[in-house]
Amino acid sequence: MLYREAGQFKTSYAKDQAVFPIIQDRWFIALILVVAYGVVPFVANEYWLQAVLIPFLIFALAAIGLNLLTGYAGQLSLGTGAFMAVGAYATYKITTAFPEINILVVFVMSGFVAAGVGVVFGIPSLRIKGFYLAVATLAAQFFILWLFNKVGWFYNDNPSGTITAPPRTFLGIMVAGPEATAEVRYLISLTFLVIFALLAKNLVRGRIGRSWMAIRDMDVAAEIIGIRPLQTKLLAFAISSFYCGVAGAMFVFLWLGSAETEAFDIFVSFQVLFMVIIGGLGSILGSILGAAFITLVPIFLTNAPALVNLPMPTDLGKHIEEIIFGGMIIFFLIVEPNGFARLWQIAKEKLRRWPFPY
Amino acid sequence: MKFRHLLLATLAVAVGVTGVFAAKVAAAAEQFIPMLVYRTGPYAPSGIPVANGFRDYYTLVNKRDGGINGVKVTFEECETKYNTKLGVECYEKLKNKGSTGASLVNPFSTGITYQLIPKAPVDKIPILSMGYGRTAAADGRVFKWIFNFPTTYWSQASAFIKYVSRKEGGWDKLEGVKIAHVYHNSAYGKEANPTLKVLAKKYGFKLTLLAVDHPGQEQKATWLQIRRLKPKWIFMSGWGVMNSVAIKEAAAINYPMDHFVGNWWSGTDADVIPAGDGAIGYTSTAFHDAGIGFKVHDDIIKYIYGGDLAKAKENNIGEVLYNRTLVNAMFGIEAIRTAMGKFGNKPMTGEQVRWGLENLDITEARLKELGMEGFTKPIKVSCADHETMGPLRIQQWDGKKWSFISDWIKPMREVVRPMIEKAAAAYAKEQNITPRAC
Repeated sequence: MLYREAGQFKTSYAKDQAVFPIIQDRWFIALILVVAYGVVPFVANEYWLQAVLIPFLIFALAAIGLNLLTGYAGQLSLGTGAFMAVGAYATYKITTAFPEINILVVFVMSGFVAAGVGVVFGIPSLRIKGFYLAVATLAAQFFILWLFNKVGWFYNDNPSGTITAPPRTFLGIMVAGPEATAEVRYLISLTFLVIFALLAKNLVRGRIGRSWMAIRDMDVAAEIIGIRPLQTKLLAFAISSFYCGVAGAMFVFLWLGSAETEAFDIFVSFQVLFMVIIGGLGSILGSILGAAFITLVPIFLTNAPALVNLPMPTDLGKHIEEIIFGGMIIFFLIVEPNGFARLWQIAKEKLRRWPFPY
Repeated sequence: MKFRHLLLATLAVAVGVTGVFAAKVAAAAEQFIPMLVYRTGPYAPSGIPVANGFRDYYTLVNKRDGGINGVKVTFEECETKYNTKLGVECYEKLKNKGSTGASLVNPFSTGITYQLIPKAPVDKIPILSMGYGRTAAADGRVFKWIFNFPTTYWSQASAFIKYVSRKEGGWDKLEGVKIAHVYHNSAYGKEANPTLKVLAKKYGFKLTLLAVDHPGQEQKATWLQIRRLKPKWIFMSGWGVMNSVAIKEAAAINYPMDHFVGNWWSGTDADVIPAGDGAIGYTSTAFHDAGIGFKVHDDIIKYIYGGDLAKAKENNIGEVLYNRTLVNAMFGIEAIRTAMGKFGNKPMTGEQVRWGLENLDITEARLKELGMEGFTKPIKVSCADHETMGPLRIQQWDGKKWSFISDWIKPMREVVRPMIEKAAAAYAKEQNITPRAC
């Protein structure tokens, strides 16, 4: 009744190619953006922003990055944590060497550094596929973290090997460092996510995205119709690593404030991969939903016993949380192997027929 | 379809309930202390006695003394799994609880301490990282909100070398002696390295640094290297499961255990017991006594466990880390009491507790009143020196209990303090902090 396309005619190519062709979708997205920009920063307290929303936004960006590579181009990667680390350490090096460069520009520059590293580790993808490629990217994960731990130059030789976000401003407002308020950091993370999600959405609908999907679905056939695997695969690695690199920079500078290599260990790579799988491979929306699930549900489960006034020892609470969370992952994968993105689609279709399903 | 309905219902409930828990509950006049604990994961062997120690001491203060000068202590645990990301979430969750917010935070993790150091001046919550965290924080001019007394990793490393020189028969005998540092490959484990390097240059001993990756369950490669290298002394900076694995490995290669010295985080009962008889002779540093021979323990058994010693033992009473936590909790409580001496007997804010920490002066007489006479050393903190560079002793495991095998060893102030000031100045420059005058 509410969600119908009847009467919405597309009279130009531009309209036909819009990201959100249905008016209701456009309103819905606009509403979300208004709430995210106009309401959340004013009503959410610091705990919500700092511990819940900022990590969600950052992981969503990383998940989009991995989804471009794994979901769209079909190249399985376990090096996400390492590429995020490259972004973070590059930001640290650039901003401590050239404090006058705007920090947001530095984030993007670090993205390019990460893209370069991603291309190097993407080269094996030309010869090896599937699980074997995953193992090759695993090498990136371990090698890069080992390098950052071993070579003092990357952390300016400070005795503990941690990188700390120095205070940095944008338009006179603190955006990084301890003085930056959670609201500002939230808004910047949100803006990065919105811009890069939109870019990614357009990327996958265009020539590049189609060539990725062609490679994913059948690389021999793709080659025959004129798609060059070398450039296409390496571009996927580059763009994916760019996203992860920016996410990694935000991870340290907008969220944690300081980090050592351990913050980017293999579990981060797994976590982002789970987000992509649970959210839905080959879907930008799915990446965001998957990130929401993996980052928000454990926090909710941790706080749940206190909400219903159920006193519980902390260790028992943690164990129960892990059991329930693991169970939920299995449950969702059985119910809908294609992820949240597919669930969303089903919901939309149901909504079309509501309230008179046939 | 039924599945899907269930799923939608679950999600709806989840979203609904999540919205509620941001609501704040007004608290009575109580002194709130957040507890970041890790009772699960690979660091639980170290984390459990720590968590129990804090809990028992705070409970004791309430039950025996009726709170701090009449103000009840409240606390809440939050599980971090020794993970820095979860630590930050816990900190954010707990920092505004209680009538005056968190009065001070004991992260009990060097990684989490590093995360919280920049936040402390902004949130106005002091950090008491007792014997861990960032060594440079000993310079109170730069790190106004951070306290790491009674002593730091760097001081400890210098005291260890002093101990070795005594055992070897003098400073000149150190020339050419092989010393290995087996460390947790993280900010924590690396802390001692700069001091050891400086001292190696000064005294000519041959230092080898051997990193063990998180969480430290797999150390075969490290111990193979040690077998080849045959260092005369091994110093270890380990934590959690890494410690017991290392001690087992050392026993397996028949390394002389009395030449294997753990730092104070690598010498608790849970570290040596799994290695069985192999651990006999293993030594570690400490700045307080082990066992339950003190009045404070009697009080805990009496007031908390109702005289049930077995139950108290189940809760780790008398273990090294438990005892250390008692010292830690006592420092925190006494700092709050010191602050009350100036600001009145009401719940203290973080800012007032910071003053209390900086003006903390625990004398021998005060220790006696607290039932801790001879348990640890008196301490006097100052504005410039947040560390006090307290002395430490070497304790040895005989298969049943720990006992001291050295007297109190003073760290080498002349070596360590200039390094601390240099590192603090570098941090101040990077973070645009103007050091305050003291």
